[in-house]
Amino acid sequence: MLLSVKDLCVDFSTQDGTMRAVNNVSFNIEEGKTVGLVGESGSGKSVTSLAIMGLIPDPPGKISQGEILYKEQDLVKFSDAEMRAIRGNDISMVFQEPMTSLNPVFTVGDQLSEVLMLHKNMSRKEAWEKSIELLNKVGIPNPKHSVGKYPHEMSGGQKQRVVIAMAIACEPRLLIADEPTTALDVTIQKQVLDLMLELQDQYQMGLLFITHDLGVIGDIADEVVVMYKSNVVEHNTTSKIFYQPQHPYTKSLLACRPSSDHNPKRLLTVSDFMDAQGNPLTPETSKMEKVEKDFGYDEEKNPVILEVNDLNLHFPIKAGLFRRTVDYTKAVNGVSFKLRKGKTLGLVGESGCGKTTLGRTILRLLDPTSGEIIYRGKNIADLPKYQLKALRSKMQIIFQDPYSSLNPRMTVAEIIMEPMILNNIKNSKKERFEHAQWLMKKVGLEPEQLSRYPHEFSGGQRQRISIARALAVDPEFIICDESVSALDVSVQAQVLNLLLDLQDEFGLTYIFISHDLSVINFIADEVAVMRQGEIVEMNTASMVYHQPEQEYTRTLLEAIPRGVPKDE
Amino acid sequence: MNGSWNYILRRLLYLIPVLLGVCLLIFVLFNLVAPDPAALLLGKHATPEQILEVRQNLGLTKPLYEQYFDVVKSAFTFDFGRSWKTKQSITTMIRLRAIPSLTVSLPAFVFSTILSILFALLVAYYRGKGIDLFVRVSCIAMMSISSLAYILFFQWFFAYKMEWFEILGYEPGFPSVLPFISLPIIIWVILSLGPDIRFYRTVILDEIYQDYVRTAKAKGLSDRKVLLKHVLRNAMIPILTYTVIQLPFLLLGALLLESFFSIPGLGDMTIEALNESDFPVLKAMAILSAVAYVTFTLIQDILYTWVDPRVKLN
Repeated sequence: MLLSVKDLCVDFSTQDGTMRAVNNVSFNIEEGKTVGLVGESGSGKSVTSLAIMGLIPDPPGKISQGEILYKEQDLVKFSDAEMRAIRGNDISMVFQEPMTSLNPVFTVGDQLSEVLMLHKNMSRKEAWEKSIELLNKVGIPNPKHSVGKYPHEMSGGQKQRVVIAMAIACEPRLLIADEPTTALDVTIQKQVLDLMLELQDQYQMGLLFITHDLGVIGDIADEVVVMYKSNVVEHNTTSKIFYQPQHPYTKSLLACRPSSDHNPKRLLTVSDFMDAQGNPLTPETSKMEKVEKDFGYDEEKNPVILEVNDLNLHFPIKAGLFRRTVDYTKAVNGVSFKLRKGKTLGLVGESGCGKTTLGRTILRLLDPTSGEIIYRGKNIADLPKYQLKALRSKMQIIFQDPYSSLNPRMTVAEIIMEPMILNNIKNSKKERFEHAQWLMKKVGLEPEQLSRYPHEFSGGQRQRISIARALAVDPEFIICDESVSALDVSVQAQVLNLLLDLQDEFGLTYIFISHDLSVINFIADEVAVMRQGEIVEMNTASMVYHQPEQEYTRTLLEAIPRGVPKDE
Repeated sequence: MNGSWNYILRRLLYLIPVLLGVCLLIFVLFNLVAPDPAALLLGKHATPEQILEVRQNLGLTKPLYEQYFDVVKSAFTFDFGRSWKTKQSITTMIRLRAIPSLTVSLPAFVFSTILSILFALLVAYYRGKGIDLFVRVSCIAMMSISSLAYILFFQWFFAYKMEWFEILGYEPGFPSVLPFISLPIIIWVILSLGPDIRFYRTVILDEIYQDYVRTAKAKGLSDRKVLLKHVLRNAMIPILTYTVIQLPFLLLGALLLESFFSIPGLGDMTIEALNESDFPVLKAMAILSAVAYVTFTLIQDILYTWVDPRVKLN
């Protein structure tokens, strides 16, 4: 047995006393096998991996009980120096955020060489040569040149390849991957997953794969450990977990992920499968009803409210002593579409394809170079800034990152009431506060929580606050810019359901921007695929998914994790 | 590389409007708002004829635009004319006086910077432990005592009582200068340590919680190596901002210290000029600080590209 975790308990001391982050967790990993550790944020899965690495911050954290046997030796009893000899050498780790997990001021070669010089006693020159070899192995183009690059000169996918190269540099026996693909686009995710599997096969490493998304590990893991609130709730082979899940939480994880094959009316969530005490429930079948999305509209009920004609946004590239414009970056290039009231347009594409820029241009947060944005019969593309204010209350945006898009020094009440004050909605403070209370109920939060600050809420709750803030001015059109991408799948399902409920209730119109095709398929009526600033394909969701016209669309679709075990 | 040169050239061109603006401000202050220098120079019992004559000699009867042009000319040629008091060329005075100023300020700056970074690294390494608390409390204590208290106590104790150093004065040449400059340097260092250690500690702790630090630890590096290599190199970016911007002030000298220790530096010269309403000297110092400030901001930007590969000059 390569690694055996037995009855592991990790405690954190907080102001409110000791909190158990990991409770009696046990599992084994054999050489060449993959174990998936699945759970939502705060379930204890990352703490478990840090415990194996001996990287629990102490204080406040502490392994209070249990053993971590690596090749029959208990790592918990290892000294700092002994543990350092293991880290990066026998056991190594790939982290979630490729953007920040490399040191920005050292070259990729320096960072790779460092680990080789530390554990393999290589000279600087040998380590540098080996680094080039490693970059080649992880599929970095032109490794001889890339080895001297700094992290910021590489794309997110390339950085994650570098992190992987660093992790496998000393040919470890165990690789821990903590959400290694969560921050990446779907096509890049597939490439990175394929690379990790290939390397695992080559070195016969044990792989501990940590994720919040069962779909990602369906076709790669041999066994799955499901964690919920610090405990292991289910542990079985992957096919058993997928086809005969026992625990209601596992069932809900499987059900909450939108898929590109079927379109339920609402996504099932954890609360459909178990109550607050953890007792299993039977989900209502009405939610799972299949809905056929189509172009169908009613000219009376769904008039065209937004029409974009040949919209362009070109950023000048300036050079020379007097900053003359030498060329343009065509971030949005000749985009046209119509959007009807109460409908959702899904805007999909990889990072850098211009989808976010397009969204912001439509809201006039950026000024278009040319083209028309006709909102309710009026071209707003070249409306002067002071006339835009009236429009702001009709068009709102919900951003991606619920952690940084809310002002940490304002209470939730202030956050929700501020747009009302700016747009002269409601007459008195009392009325505004009552409206805020009503909005809180609408987005599924308690009105009593209005006096709290954003940091007291979870990611999903914060995104609900963002939605309440957007709704505060009674808009009819909302752009959701990757609004659920930063959330766990189980929370993502709740927020998606909420957005649909609100659309039904208030007749909202959405532009939903995402790199995740499954999410787009679930929420959108019509889908536009963007590439290099242009819409390359636009059709109803089902047409795009089942009869894609463009090669590019097909590539995107093929990259979606199948989410089913490999042997079935 | 071409882009960087363009950038530097462009920044140097920006220097022109900045200097014109500074000259305008100086002109307004000294030639329009300030009291009549002729009256100041001649005292209460001057006759109107005498005042007129002095005004003519000082060029104050010229049209205003010509007076402004004189200020501009001095800023671009670095020829500031002669001191009203000593009748010496101001450019020569500045050259002579800069040396004692730098003799005190440069070593003081180097010592205080190195010491503060070392202390900051130490307390960041032992963050939350006893030594961290002790250093932080000491910093606050050192900052809470007035600089005057240090000067007076040190002069009385170390110079007068113990006779280790000279109380005040200056003698050029090495090592004869040492007894004169040691006390001001020590006091300078003590005054800087408090705020500097606190600032550097914050900067280093900001970096310690970054993701790349976790990656470095996962490689198996020791905490010390992580701190000295990965963290320090990133912390150098804010540290550089903080230190380089202090450099122009080193040249201008420490007003208070030079005055109390009778060090014939630029700070001392400025205070003398203030006392005697020696306007040309004050103007020259104002222009000099503006030029020094703008130049060092440019140097700072160039240095950024050296410590932070993400920064490009264009």
